[in-house]
Amino acid sequence: MSTVLEVNDLSISFGGLRAVDGFNIKISDGQLYGLIGPNGAGKTTVFNLLTGVYKPDEGKIFLEGENITGKSTIEINKAGIARTFQNIRLFKNLSVLDNVKVGLHNRFTYSAVSGILRLPSYRKTEKAMDEEALSLLSVFDLDKESSLLASNLPYGKQRKLEIARALATDPKLLLLDEPAAGMNPNETKELMDTITLIRDKFKKTILLIEHDMKLVSGICEELTVLNFGSVLSQGKTSDVLNDPEVIKAYLGDD
Amino acid sequence: MNRFKNNKKFRDNIITYLLVIVIFAVVESLKATGHISSLMKGLLVPVCIYIICAIALNLCVGILGELSLGHAGFMCVGAFSGAFFSKCTAEVITVAPVRFILAIIIGALVASLFGFLIGIPVLRLKGDYLAIVTLAFGEIIKNVINVLYVGKDSEGFHFSLKDMVSLHLKEGGQVIINGAQGITGTPNDSSFEAGFVLIILTLFIVLNLIDSRDGRAIMSIRDNTIASESVGINVTRYKLMAFTISAGIAGVAGVLYAHNLNSLMAQPKNFGYNMSITILLFVVLGGIGNIRGSIISAAVLTLLPELLRGLADYRMLIYAIVLIILMIFNWSPAILELRKKYSVRNFIKNKKTKEVE
Repeated sequence: MSTVLEVNDLSISFGGLRAVDGFNIKISDGQLYGLIGPNGAGKTTVFNLLTGVYKPDEGKIFLEGENITGKSTIEINKAGIARTFQNIRLFKNLSVLDNVKVGLHNRFTYSAVSGILRLPSYRKTEKAMDEEALSLLSVFDLDKESSLLASNLPYGKQRKLEIARALATDPKLLLLDEPAAGMNPNETKELMDTITLIRDKFKKTILLIEHDMKLVSGICEELTVLNFGSVLSQGKTSDVLNDPEVIKAYLGDD
Repeated sequence: MNRFKNNKKFRDNIITYLLVIVIFAVVESLKATGHISSLMKGLLVPVCIYIICAIALNLCVGILGELSLGHAGFMCVGAFSGAFFSKCTAEVITVAPVRFILAIIIGALVASLFGFLIGIPVLRLKGDYLAIVTLAFGEIIKNVINVLYVGKDSEGFHFSLKDMVSLHLKEGGQVIINGAQGITGTPNDSSFEAGFVLIILTLFIVLNLIDSRDGRAIMSIRDNTIASESVGINVTRYKLMAFTISAGIAGVAGVLYAHNLNSLMAQPKNFGYNMSITILLFVVLGGIGNIRGSIISAAVLTLLPELLRGLADYRMLIYAIVLIILMIFNWSPAILELRKKYSVRNFIKNKKTKEVE
């Protein structure tokens, strides 16, 4: 299996705080990888470093062998990393369909002039975009709500729409930041199926942050545990979850 | 489902076009039968100017989501460059419509160029700061034009920022922009018909832009900049694009304004910040992001002070009260709730469901 993401000694400090310290990870093609850790461990900071929101002080990030360290968010997305956010960030005043179509922006192009003058390339591309977006939405069972405003969707569906939008950019690696946050057990179960489906059907590699241990142990093949910015444990899910160090970090001493 | 959604957007746009066309037809027929007072006739072109300006600013404030208070400045740039062109070519191009069309293109291009250049540094700012800087830009443009002297003689153009004498014009030379006196003797090429055509053109550009790939990108930036970067939208590029187009359209309104008057001067009352605020007022009261609303509110609020002329001293008082009431009617959450409950659309829907039962 080829390596999709390789991160070496990634570090960043905010003032005196070393938020991420010597972070390493290696994810192979088609893997479902989990990133866990107590609150404030630096998980979301790692995501922000991977997607170019922050520039690392030290360390290198390779996506399929290509060095993407220090590139802008836009370039990194074009290189093939897409993400969702811990606090949902949808385009609230756009329709569900348009949210996904914004995700398709760089894959289906026509010039602004042909858009304004409604030239044939506009009609052709828009039609293809509609079809692609609807087929993506149907995977998440959102195709019936395609004309609703994104802000009118119930919470669980907003999370799904965010994943659909990220998938629309056709990434090699999908980063999910707490996809099950705020979901009830039923919704979480459904989400687990969806995530496995994304991996199997779309052949995507997925890295996810999650607090819900049921979800993590249910679908993740490998785990990395972060604590105070550095890697505490890494490896197969069952091994990591039984690691005494990990249990100590979560539950405290004794 | 999708087709239905597209139809709804399409239907909305058609209603907007039809609204403009019907009003135009009604006014034209009233004009032909002599039912319009000369006062109202004089207001027809200004109404068109304000409508175009309101659409331009709505593109910036409602669609892009950036508050600009400098649109009077872009209008000013468009007005002076268009009038300058018309004055210079008045003897060369004798066919008025051709000259006017060229003047509009030039006004739009120069105003967009200014929009583009101003946009590069300014669009890095957000919210209030953007508003303050664009406000300053509008004032600067107005003041620069007030001290600008341009003349033409057999040797070509002469520029000065001091006075008319330092242009050193040869005999037979002509002063085109005369400082605070501005440009006089611009050919009167504007008409209500021209204004109507320009409104339709503006609508065509703006509505089609909104409902395209680029428009979606622009609106995604408004809704959530971080998310739109995360899906690979080039935020700077699309902000600049919307701002430039918006400035260009404001420039067109300026050209229309310049060719409606005999003498064009950059004064606080026409290109000052009061003007920018007035245009913003149209946009806010018509509904931010609602193009049709902008058209209606620009037309009504331009005509209203004149219609209230009979009330003499109470005129501006009533105008202000109308503004406050409109603001509450359009933006108060409680009223919005009520409007939703008793809306016509809801009424029809309820009736239908009852029939089905």
